[in-house]
Amino acid sequence: MSTSPQVQFRDVTLGYDRHPAVHHLTGEIAAGALLAVIGPNGAGKSTLFRGLVGILKPLSGAILTGGIAARDIAYLPQSADIDRSFPISVFDFVGTGLWRTTGVFGGIGRAARDKIGQALAAVGLTGFETRGIGTLSGGQMQRLLFARVLLQDARLIVLDEPFNAIDAKTSADLMVLIEHWHAEQRTVIAALHDMDLVRAHFPDTLLLAREPVAWGATAAVLTADNLVAARRMCEAFDERAAACHADPVASKAA
Amino acid sequence: MIHDALIAPFTDFAFMRRALAAVIALSLGGAPIGVFLMLRRMSLVGDAMAHAILPGAAIGFLLSGLSLFAMTTGGLIAGFAVALLAGLVSRSTGVKEDASLATFYLASLALGVTIVSIKGTNVDLLHVLFGNILAMDDPTLLLVAVNATITLLVLAVIYRPLVIESVDPLFLRTVSRAGGIAHLVFLALIVVNLVSGFQALGTLLAVGLMILPASIARFWTRDITPMIAIAVVSAIVSGYVGLVLSFQTRIPSGPAIILVASALYAASVLFGSVGGLVRQLFPAPHLEA
Repeated sequence: MSTSPQVQFRDVTLGYDRHPAVHHLTGEIAAGALLAVIGPNGAGKSTLFRGLVGILKPLSGAILTGGIAARDIAYLPQSADIDRSFPISVFDFVGTGLWRTTGVFGGIGRAARDKIGQALAAVGLTGFETRGIGTLSGGQMQRLLFARVLLQDARLIVLDEPFNAIDAKTSADLMVLIEHWHAEQRTVIAALHDMDLVRAHFPDTLLLAREPVAWGATAAVLTADNLVAARRMCEAFDERAAACHADPVASKAA
Repeated sequence: MIHDALIAPFTDFAFMRRALAAVIALSLGGAPIGVFLMLRRMSLVGDAMAHAILPGAAIGFLLSGLSLFAMTTGGLIAGFAVALLAGLVSRSTGVKEDASLATFYLASLALGVTIVSIKGTNVDLLHVLFGNILAMDDPTLLLVAVNATITLLVLAVIYRPLVIESVDPLFLRTVSRAGGIAHLVFLALIVVNLVSGFQALGTLLAVGLMILPASIARFWTRDITPMIAIAVVSAIVSGYVGLVLSFQTRIPSGPAIILVASALYAASVLFGSVGGLVRQLFPAPHLEA
């Protein structure tokens, strides 16, 4: 595994209407890392990811992504804003993952068709090509989104709670894909709630509760003390909170 | 007899031929736009934009009377201004697009009616509100045809980002900036087609040949490509039957066209193969797998 960082958080604060959802996060994610981001609901996991892929500007600090543009990151949002009533086929939908090579005008040639077919096969959706996306079940939809991530062929893959409301069989199948990406030296970051899954598959873990509680090797992070500390962090923000002047060094983690 | 009723009006009268040509051009440009309006849940946005065109057309009317060309140019300018302003306001402030558009179109409509009333008579106001496809002059017909051509060409160019932005806007936002551009260009195409429709059907019904055919097509297919084709065909059929109906009876042409489209819509709601009521009442037996 190379040691040059793929992602650097430099004292980054992300939030909405000046209220921080991720507060003074500093740290690095090495290229090729497989990192789980865990924490209670409202801990800022999704916010962190939105900042990482460039759809949310940091309130302060900076996020560096090792020279790759935000649009070259494959991002699977937690609640995808997908209009499933739109009349588009599974094949065409997955094909949008090739945007980086096809762009607005590029044709979908035989090579691209083969790639789409392979991606669908990899997630077990062969035979669904001509079906409308509205006919898929929740698990099939998640497989479909993984197929699109697969086609995006990105160095950095960001998955926001990819196994929510997904059964064990589908989770296991999709976890195989994630391990495959890891083996290909891609950097994969995933927000998760299943601690057993994290312990079994993810070498590194970031425990987030608005502020980073612990960050490092999974076994060292997932201690009872750390989890209790994370749960204590309050979720609600204070309407009248004063402007933050925290010394960034004091709250550094990792 | 049938020849007299269905074909003779068009062979005997040049104004009927021009009206038919206009309605075919309107269908070719407007119906595909209508399909996207419907799929993007913007059907009423189209209606709002139709009203937004009014002050521009009214200023054209103020400057050069009932010249269709002047009114069209004015309408184009006003429509673009409102569409772009509403789009920019919603994209830069986070106000939902429908809310900002509603504000702009109400102001526009009030301004337009005011301007027309200052100079013109009630007849002029009627013409502006309901249009007159039988009064098409050659330059206006040419303009409608050019608008349809531009629409089809531009739609072909922005088709992919427009579709992706409709299905999964967040995804497109993370991989490209084309979504915002496609959206603005699409708004412009709506205006172009509304200005065309404005001449034929007036500001109140202009959106009719866009939305109704799309709503009809939705009852016959689940796939976007045939949906666009069905929408175009049903728009042309509505236009032709409406013109014949209007020629043989005393129904004004614009309302006649929209009434025929509405009848087709009603039939589709009842008998459509995708979600039609009759299909729902008498469903085929379910399958084994």
